[in-house]
Amino acid sequence: MTTDDVVPAAPPAINLHTRSRIRRTPVTWVRRGGLSALLFAIPILFIFGAFSWWPIISAFIMSLQKTNLTDAPVWVGLDNFRAVFADPLLPTVIKNTAWFAALALIFGYPVPLVGAVLMSELRKRKGLYSVLAYLPVVVPPVVAVLLWKFFYDPRPEGVFNTVLGWVGLGPYPWLADTTWAMPSLVLEATWAAAGGTVIIYLAALISVPAELYDAAEVDGASVWRKVWHVTMPQLRGVLFITLILQIIGTAQVFLEPFLFTNGGPNHATETVMLRVYNLAFANLGNNFGQATALSLLLAAFLAVMSLVYFRITRSWSQS
Amino acid sequence: MTTTAASTPPPALPGAMPGSAGAAAPSAALAASVRRRRRATPDNPDRGALSTADWRRPSVKYTWRGMHFVLLLLLLLWCLGPLLLLGKFAFTPTQDILTHPMSIFPNGATTKNIDQAWNRYHIGQFFMNTVWFALGAWFTQILVATTGGFVLSVLRPRWAKVLNWAVLATLFVPAVVLLIPLYKLIVHPPIGDSLINNFFAVWLPAGASAFNVVLVARFFDSLPREIFEAARVDGAGPFRLFWHIVLPMSKPIIGVVSVFAVIASWKDFLWPFLVLKDDSVKPLSVYLQSMANVDKGTLMAALAISTLIPIAMFLIFQRMFLRGAGLGGAVKG
Repeated sequence: MTTDDVVPAAPPAINLHTRSRIRRTPVTWVRRGGLSALLFAIPILFIFGAFSWWPIISAFIMSLQKTNLTDAPVWVGLDNFRAVFADPLLPTVIKNTAWFAALALIFGYPVPLVGAVLMSELRKRKGLYSVLAYLPVVVPPVVAVLLWKFFYDPRPEGVFNTVLGWVGLGPYPWLADTTWAMPSLVLEATWAAAGGTVIIYLAALISVPAELYDAAEVDGASVWRKVWHVTMPQLRGVLFITLILQIIGTAQVFLEPFLFTNGGPNHATETVMLRVYNLAFANLGNNFGQATALSLLLAAFLAVMSLVYFRITRSWSQS
Repeated sequence: MTTTAASTPPPALPGAMPGSAGAAAPSAALAASVRRRRRATPDNPDRGALSTADWRRPSVKYTWRGMHFVLLLLLLLWCLGPLLLLGKFAFTPTQDILTHPMSIFPNGATTKNIDQAWNRYHIGQFFMNTVWFALGAWFTQILVATTGGFVLSVLRPRWAKVLNWAVLATLFVPAVVLLIPLYKLIVHPPIGDSLINNFFAVWLPAGASAFNVVLVARFFDSLPREIFEAARVDGAGPFRLFWHIVLPMSKPIIGVVSVFAVIASWKDFLWPFLVLKDDSVKPLSVYLQSMANVDKGTLMAALAISTLIPIAMFLIFQRMFLRGAGLGGAVKG
């Protein structure tokens, strides 16, 4: 993707001082608004420079150094990357992260779509449905996790075990069990995020041109055929984007494993991001170099995956 | 807003913006969001796949009515249910919460939990810390996004292209990369002392949100150029143009960015957890995490109090929230 894709052709610039061509001197530069443009750019240059561009460069530097942030850093070449690959937990955290992402797709990808398609056909009270769907998104994530952690109480008196007990199921161990822990995390993450996806789909559904439906009706299409052959293809672009964004987001999941289980039981929920955190900040951590190397590898993987993904979906979209 | 919103730990804003840790992509969907009002034609004010004629057919009508009703029940149960339960727990004695979580006040209600959370655990104080955090982060984001958008979209000096490219490029960098380098920068800034336990440690990085800049710059692009020209003819310089013309015309987008900014600070956890450690600056989300093991009734009351403000804000500004959320998808789309 080039930047041209991202920014539509902008309307012509305002030329605040349309003088005829004079030789360029500092004075003309100031008069032509060069100085004021620079003044207006100070916040963006400073903030992005210090807190975005520099840290990105700094990440590459730190990944080649051994540093605990107090002593002077030592150059160690690719040792940090070797340490990442030698880490006995690496396969586990990769597997866990992939499992989280896969479960999040299974739980959280189709449901908002069905919900949004249904909601877009509402003739009244659409607002009520949207507000209800979006409500969990505004709950602070820490609150959601601590609340759900209580819901997942493994005793028979736990909230979920009580409810499932009404229909004769359970009690289930939820977070305490290596098999159950990850799906439990994903269930909460889906609860917290699905509403946002619903709203994105709703916005996309509203922009489906009415003429397409009119035309389909002229051709005698049934309701289901209209949904399947008109609505769905029109949503394709948004569906592609939300899919990759969801994968990129879930690949960096931290909050749920950190707060629910801290990676346990027995590393069953330790994700790549939690490993980065543990290497850098947990008790025995201070291994900032290796943590940075691991985070760069994750980022590189995500970047390559997105590029491949956009390559593929672009050709699909055009066909 | 995919699962991202909840699960990306956002050091700088990229991650805190729903899903923006990742790729930005072609602008088709933004155009779509601009187009969105077009469908409201006079004869079918709000049509979807179902036409008015479809709705008149009993089979269609009852199927869809039924589905809508089931959907409403599911939404109430799934989205509202846990929050109602939280509200109930806040007023239930701890013993009842632990033994009969699903019964409604088996042994009466109590305000002891709220009292404990407020007076013994000083939720109010941490609440104020969150307010400070949110205000400062809001200010930096608005400042950077409006002035930056003004340079990129209206003034457009020669180097705007490079700047634009450099800003957009950061959209492609996942938030995870920034975490440790940013932490290093905050612990050992090139000038001055460590910014740990200083609100600037969360205020300044929040401004580096390419998502905001793109959103605002595109909005500025859509403002009529003739007005700027007219202002110039009337002798307005860039500062007056910015302050008296562009900003007043940009209230809708500033509203959207503001809502995002405030809610993102409210939700943020990992970054403040790393840099705001002292009780005098710790925001609510970080403090709640340290409360995880206190008495359940008190904890539930604390959770309920911390949820109240964002939910109230959402209900008051719901239009802005929902439009912003839809737009968020469009910019990334």
